[in-house]
Amino acid sequence: MTEYRTDDGAQPERDLASEADDPGRSTAGSSQPHGTVAHANAGVTPADAADAARLVSFGLQPKLLPARDIEYGELLRRHRDDPAFARLTDAIAAGLGLVVLEVSTRAGMAVTAAEDSVFAVRMGDYAKRAAPDSADRFLHGLAHLAVAAMAFPRPEDLSDDGYIGRVTVNGIDGFVRQACRRLEERAAEAGENTDPATDAPGLEAAWRVYARRSATGATKDARRLAGSTTGIVGKAVAFLVDSGFLQRTGDDAGGAYRTTARYQLQVRDMAGSAAMTELLELGVVPVGDGNATLLPPLENHDLDLVADAGLPFYADQRGPS
Amino acid sequence: MTSPPPGAATPQLSGPSRPAPGPAADEGLARRLRALACTAPLHDLDVRKANLAGEYSGYAMAEVALAAIDLVTLTMDFDTGADHEQIVARLLPRVAAQTPTRPAAEHERVARWVLENLINVGSVDRGFRAVYGTFGQDGAYVRRDYDFKLIEEVPGPGGTVYLRTTDEAVNVLVGALDTDVTSAQIAAEVKLEVLISRGRLADAQLAAEQARYRTVQYAEALRKTLEATRRNVRAVDWLRAVPDMIAEALDHIADRYRHENAILTNIRKARDEAVDQRGPDHKRQAAELVDIVKDCIRRHTQLQSRLLDAGPMFRAEQDRQAFAPPTAHAGIDLYGQLIAPLLPLPVERAIRVTDAFFARGTGLRTPTAVRVGDLVDLLLTPPLEREHLGAEMPEPDLIATPDDNRFSEEQLASAMDLLELPPDAPRRLSGLLAEARRRDPALPYLVALLAVHAASPPVGTAYRQGEERLLFAVDDGTELDDEEFGGADLIVGTALLDAVGMAAGRTEGV
Repeated sequence: MTEYRTDDGAQPERDLASEADDPGRSTAGSSQPHGTVAHANAGVTPADAADAARLVSFGLQPKLLPARDIEYGELLRRHRDDPAFARLTDAIAAGLGLVVLEVSTRAGMAVTAAEDSVFAVRMGDYAKRAAPDSADRFLHGLAHLAVAAMAFPRPEDLSDDGYIGRVTVNGIDGFVRQACRRLEERAAEAGENTDPATDAPGLEAAWRVYARRSATGATKDARRLAGSTTGIVGKAVAFLVDSGFLQRTGDDAGGAYRTTARYQLQVRDMAGSAAMTELLELGVVPVGDGNATLLPPLENHDLDLVADAGLPFYADQRGPS
Repeated sequence: MTSPPPGAATPQLSGPSRPAPGPAADEGLARRLRALACTAPLHDLDVRKANLAGEYSGYAMAEVALAAIDLVTLTMDFDTGADHEQIVARLLPRVAAQTPTRPAAEHERVARWVLENLINVGSVDRGFRAVYGTFGQDGAYVRRDYDFKLIEEVPGPGGTVYLRTTDEAVNVLVGALDTDVTSAQIAAEVKLEVLISRGRLADAQLAAEQARYRTVQYAEALRKTLEATRRNVRAVDWLRAVPDMIAEALDHIADRYRHENAILTNIRKARDEAVDQRGPDHKRQAAELVDIVKDCIRRHTQLQSRLLDAGPMFRAEQDRQAFAPPTAHAGIDLYGQLIAPLLPLPVERAIRVTDAFFARGTGLRTPTAVRVGDLVDLLLTPPLEREHLGAEMPEPDLIATPDDNRFSEEQLASAMDLLELPPDAPRRLSGLLAEARRRDPALPYLVALLAVHAASPPVGTAYRQGEERLLFAVDDGTELDDEEFGGADLIVGTALLDAVGMAAGRTEGV
């Protein structure tokens, strides 16, 4: 999947060339008539620029659905049918510091912020208390990762455009907690002492930070305790709703949500690969070949299920290298 | 792992010249230190009660705390935990029994204080931390933090918060560290049967309670496993391992059910025979035992219905996941390739990955651009007052209704005063009517009505409302000889109700 990035070239020609290769946009690419590039360079009018900028501005309102707005839908059709207009729109987006993920009637003008863009979300603004305290900062990041993992539990779910993930706040918290518990048990089986040294809190294992934070807590005004893990996950999903990535469907289990096409694009094309790159730089990832890592066991595999394990995963396939 | 030779322990005391023992020798010590730490919050309560404003030395705080942990453990249900207010309410009788002379408000304050301290409401992760030291591989002395919780708060349905006891608390409470759930339960129940056959009911009750703790633990473990199987059908061995596990659990339940029913029959027999041979105390113990075993059976039944649901749930997930057409390209396995390798990392390295995901996974925010003109307006606008009470209610237009009561309040008071009879001296209705007629000519009619009403007194309602006395009327066949009324000359009297005893009897009833 090719990404549009401001730092690797905002030239319209390059964007257009990569667009044709992009499998996610094959419908836009296939209908593109040849020889329109020269024509487009000649015919850009201020009105075209205004329309293109308007389409980008629609993209900046992530909760707006193309099906609900006639003008939005028309501009999307024009983007699909008129390559010159498409190129102009993409160039405006790139100039603003936006990355175009997909332009379709399904996802709308799906744009997201490039790394140093004015549109980017910073952790300092997201959670005021989190910046100095690395444990809180980590928990907020992990909450977002866990939302994505629960929304798209299998690799196939992430790549299937028609897939709609459903998550609940308590489900996400329980999921991460179980994974942490499994690690705790494995550490106990191996006879490790996971209690961190008092003067080096940064060396504490990540799962332990999550495990010892309480899941919830009673507050005076009956709201979620902000520092609890369900509070942190609740903040993450509420934020993603505002980003147009999730839609609230009910109040079960701390709040139920379903994913939008934009979220799938964002996780697949931006966040997942970025986190993966970072993990590779830390030198800890067994390089994935795209196949599912959650595989059924071998024929003679003896399932070692602990009564309290929570997740019946298999130890030899789950572990870090 | 071997324990150090017995001889090695003595030179340890001889002085600082002795080299540090290896981690193997230290491990048992560390485990015991952690177990010891779990009891520290309970001792701490009794130490800190002196700091509370007021006279609290009469309360045994550790006892209240252990009772609270017991209560939470026993009310922990399959889905939810124990309700905070309910636990406080059920703690109150014990607290009140410790210092009967103190006011009820203080008892409640003590119960709340103990419960909140067990949750440790003051700290950010609502847990406890103990520091202990171990010797590392290289002989260096390292101080470590041990974090634990006794009672934790978990989300319930509808955004409510429930309490659950942690494994640490249950282990400390039951006193069986590091034991296998299944075998310990079987052992507890065999012990129970033996105890009953020998007629030692006090011990049997203890064993039955321990069996129930085990049952709760077992149900909890299975619940978590079942919940997890919902995620990805391919992640679990649906062909063998999970069905085996479910079958095993169902077998276990069938076994326990048979077992507990047998126990129930035995205890019931013991309960019914107990009264003539050994006295009422024995009978009460047996009755409590029946309660406990019944509760065990109820929990097993609940667990069984969950297990039976597991099969259809799997088939539905199988349909959804396995028979979907394969897609052209595979995405990232977010759990397997990101979260799973991430969690064991030290937090200072893991944070780089979560930061990277956060920076690109949260979407965009359009920055707000404010003009100076708007800013001035914005800053000068008074904050919108939040409507706590909702919209103002219109003043209701009230019309005075005519007083059409047959009898006035004074007449009623007078009649009630007349019927205020001592419990040992019932009176004839005829005498009451004559006395009423002397007070007020309209009064006899009211007295007669009240007397007739008392002929079928609402005893159950009076008990429920905690009334201490009740007016009653009995017809013994005597004709009423009166100028205004005819019928039976009722005997009207007052019965005293033992409301306290009745309430106690209701809670003990099976």
